[in-house]
Amino acid sequence: MKHPGMTNKVYNISNDVFNWSEDNFNRVSEIIKKYPNSRQQSAVIPLLDLAQRQNSGWLSKTAIEKVAETLSMSYIRVLEVATFYSMFNLEPVGENFVQICRTTPCWLRGSDKLTKVAKEISNSKLGETSTDNKFTIVEVECLGACCNAPMVQINDNYYEDLDEDNFRKILIDLKNNKSINKGSQIGRQTSHPKRGNDA
Amino acid sequence: MLKEEDKIFKNLYGFEDWSLKGAMQRGVWSNTKEIIEKGSDFIVEEIKSSQLRGRGGAGFPAGLKWSFMPKGSGKPHYLVVNADESEPGTCKDREIMRNDPHLLLEGCLVAGFAMHANACYIYIRGEYYSEASNLQKAIDEAYANNLIGKNACGSNWDYDIYLHRGAGAYICGEETALLESLEGKKGQPRLKPPFPAGAGLYGCPTTVTNVETIAVAPTIIRKGASWFNSLGRENNTGTKIFSISGHVNNPCNVEEEMGIGLKDLIETHAGGVIGGWDNLLAVIPGGASVPLIPKSICDTVKMDFDSLKEVKSGLGTAAVIVMNKSTDIVDAICRLSHFYKHESCGQCTPCREGTGWMFRMMEKMVKGDAKVNDIDKLLDVTKQIEGHTICALGDAAAWPIQGLMRHFRPEVERRIKEYRISEVA
Repeated sequence: MKHPGMTNKVYNISNDVFNWSEDNFNRVSEIIKKYPNSRQQSAVIPLLDLAQRQNSGWLSKTAIEKVAETLSMSYIRVLEVATFYSMFNLEPVGENFVQICRTTPCWLRGSDKLTKVAKEISNSKLGETSTDNKFTIVEVECLGACCNAPMVQINDNYYEDLDEDNFRKILIDLKNNKSINKGSQIGRQTSHPKRGNDA
Repeated sequence: MLKEEDKIFKNLYGFEDWSLKGAMQRGVWSNTKEIIEKGSDFIVEEIKSSQLRGRGGAGFPAGLKWSFMPKGSGKPHYLVVNADESEPGTCKDREIMRNDPHLLLEGCLVAGFAMHANACYIYIRGEYYSEASNLQKAIDEAYANNLIGKNACGSNWDYDIYLHRGAGAYICGEETALLESLEGKKGQPRLKPPFPAGAGLYGCPTTVTNVETIAVAPTIIRKGASWFNSLGRENNTGTKIFSISGHVNNPCNVEEEMGIGLKDLIETHAGGVIGGWDNLLAVIPGGASVPLIPKSICDTVKMDFDSLKEVKSGLGTAAVIVMNKSTDIVDAICRLSHFYKHESCGQCTPCREGTGWMFRMMEKMVKGDAKVNDIDKLLDVTKQIEGHTICALGDAAAWPIQGLMRHFRPEVERRIKEYRISEVA
């Protein structure tokens, strides 16, 4: 399963510099305040997340070093966290990071078909970024929305109750920079049993 | 069918307002101060006599767990809420956090007070972005209205609640791995003892509890333990959110009475099995980690901890994964083996090496590219992993395969024989 979050290699670009933006610099101190004095290492996951958001969805070596410096941690301690957790991408990703859930509950309801559609629309292989930089398509393990299977996560949001047709439409809309609606794609209220508009 | 007035989660689907105003109309935060004034011993005793069992999978008696927290240890105490919902099939806590977050927050205060804790961390899985966003807004509302913070609800008890987002690791649903992660390390489980109640978060007394267990606590205190244990049966009391997924007409989350018949649950709430009950092949009744049960058992089994244990499965998180006869059952379990291989934290050798080995063997079983005695070898390996690792992930990886071979061994053998014939031809 190729996935930019599951590599152990740090992708290095020459002359790369990472500094906290002003907004994020303020957020950093808010985050650290959540934890007791001298326990600021607890903020490493939230800070890596913040750095990744600032850095177009992935963590460069300099971003990881910045987090280490901010929390007075050694680089290797931050790196081992960045490599352990699958949500930290250690390689650049496309504008739309599409994660297709492949675990049994989604698979029973046709997640394989979604993967096929995504490969076709993005014209890329799993784990790779499309040439127009619009998509990085990956398969992931259970995202915890099993009653709305099959589903995918695109950047921060969940798209649920999918089939080949409505998923194809979502991807084409994203390709054409159109906005899309998150949540159930068949008009269902969260995980209520009634489907569509008869709720 | 559970009566409407006995439901704890009145806004499970989010038809109503999830914010403080809506929650208060549903009775949340109505007399929290009085509950706290009854004292921590009263709360723990009431939870004990309600016979509430933990909703995170293991089913440990909640009141007993809370009573393990020491008194007067001189160190800060912590309540840590496990919202790292990642067990395949399970999506119940998500609905609580996005549709009724104040129910959870009130529970955090009541349970935290009962454990002499002044701080609570809610560890939510990182992928639940909009759920975390709702929950954070609810926390801000609760602070703004003095429901938590200094002198929470006017009870003279100071109480802080912090939300902490994870970053994608199933293993962090294991309580000690969760604590490691919360301390800013890799999520690798700790050896027990010491148990978290003695030395947990930052080495201080800590209790880690599932979202649903915490969220039901205030309602139990309000309505009384006798109301809660009048539902269900001895040791399997109360109500429970069931997540029904897979081959059913209407997959859904639903709150029901413990001990409801599996067939009844699926037919009443989920619109029945696709193709009818006779088209059912098997059900995984409690999330990916529990062994599957074939249709013959599904016909009569009741959905509670002890009933499912009797049929060598388990209630787990009450995530019901339904598979009808169109399912390639070996591939379904193989996918779960892939899941465990992927999620093994790599700390213990039997699990790190074993989950990969089991997955590769299962891949062969899907095609039939194996020998009949490989089935016994595979089962032998599952036994060598089970019970030989620090945490239960090793067991969880072994059980689905054991369940498959217990009930569907003839199917696996058939594939092996057919594959051999096709190879010769």
